[in-house]
Amino acid sequence: MRLNYPTNVKIVKVPCTGRVDILLILHAFESGVDGVYLAGCLEGECHFLRGNLRAKKRVQYAKKLLDEVGLGGARLEMYNMSSAQGQRFAEVAREMTEKIKALGPSPVKNRVRGVQDSRGQVK
Amino acid sequence: MIVANRKSLEEILNMLKPYKKVLLLGCNECVTVCAAGGEREVGVLASELKLSRAKDGQEIEIKEQTLERQCDHEYIDQVRPFVGDYEVILSIACGAGIQYVGEKYRTKIVLPGVNTTFLGVTLEQGVWSERCQGCGECVLHMTGGVCPIARCAKSLLNGPCGGSSNGKCEVDKDLDCGWQLIIDRLKELNQLDRYEEIIPVKDWTTSRDGGPRKRLREDLRL
Repeated sequence: MRLNYPTNVKIVKVPCTGRVDILLILHAFESGVDGVYLAGCLEGECHFLRGNLRAKKRVQYAKKLLDEVGLGGARLEMYNMSSAQGQRFAEVAREMTEKIKALGPSPVKNRVRGVQDSRGQVK
Repeated sequence: MIVANRKSLEEILNMLKPYKKVLLLGCNECVTVCAAGGEREVGVLASELKLSRAKDGQEIEIKEQTLERQCDHEYIDQVRPFVGDYEVILSIACGAGIQYVGEKYRTKIVLPGVNTTFLGVTLEQGVWSERCQGCGECVLHMTGGVCPIARCAKSLLNGPCGGSSNGKCEVDKDLDCGWQLIIDRLKELNQLDRYEEIIPVKDWTTSRDGGPRKRLREDLRL
């Protein structure tokens, strides 16, 4: 389809969004990302039955934690799309990028000590 | 198990205000099962604290450690080699664990990261419910295995009271009447005749009224 989506979106592959733990999300923010979104299968079409529904609940909980922390829950979202919806994937990537750009950079960027950078070096 | 509830991040941040080096201690027993103070919750709380401090441009160094139990001194001893490197200990074990860590490291300030709430059971994943108040004199054999002390809002020994309506307690419309539960269970057990026996006035000295309690088994002592 040769679809374009913003280059700032980095993909972390997991077998199912049900694998995404709250700690994974928080660690991503510790490492300085400006936003996180989960792209799960359509509701009712999870290969593992309820993985995407579990992820949805975890995202809701993690949003509350991010609000408490002061980063804002809006930096985290959950989207549902099927693997056949490439168009939707690109659309969501653009939508989320614009939303996060409007929120501005993460206030904790490069400020959390003891976090590994992309080369595995501890800051 | 002992069920606890994590304190709000705001309350914990306020307690930690003067400190930059924190030893965060979780416990692998009850608070792990009720998802309040286990290894995972240690990780989440540490992350929340780091993010929050970083946002305000303040430093914090957190050592994450989860002990097998915080109510046995052998396990508490495991942090002795490095406890001195930290200004304060933040414990998310139950109230017993938090106090015992403080007793073992008398010059250290130990802060509570959870509110310890009750002795209970897991109704389903993510739902816990109170079952016992540790009154020190069990009457479950007389009440169909349902505790009137813990399950009745008034802890009545000969209930129910007039506040019981359609099996629910007047305290909360979603709360089962403890005495309705007792009567239902006695019926199931074919022991309804027990309901006619008056349970005598309870001796509360075995409970908290007798002051802090201690249990001793001489044969086990070293």
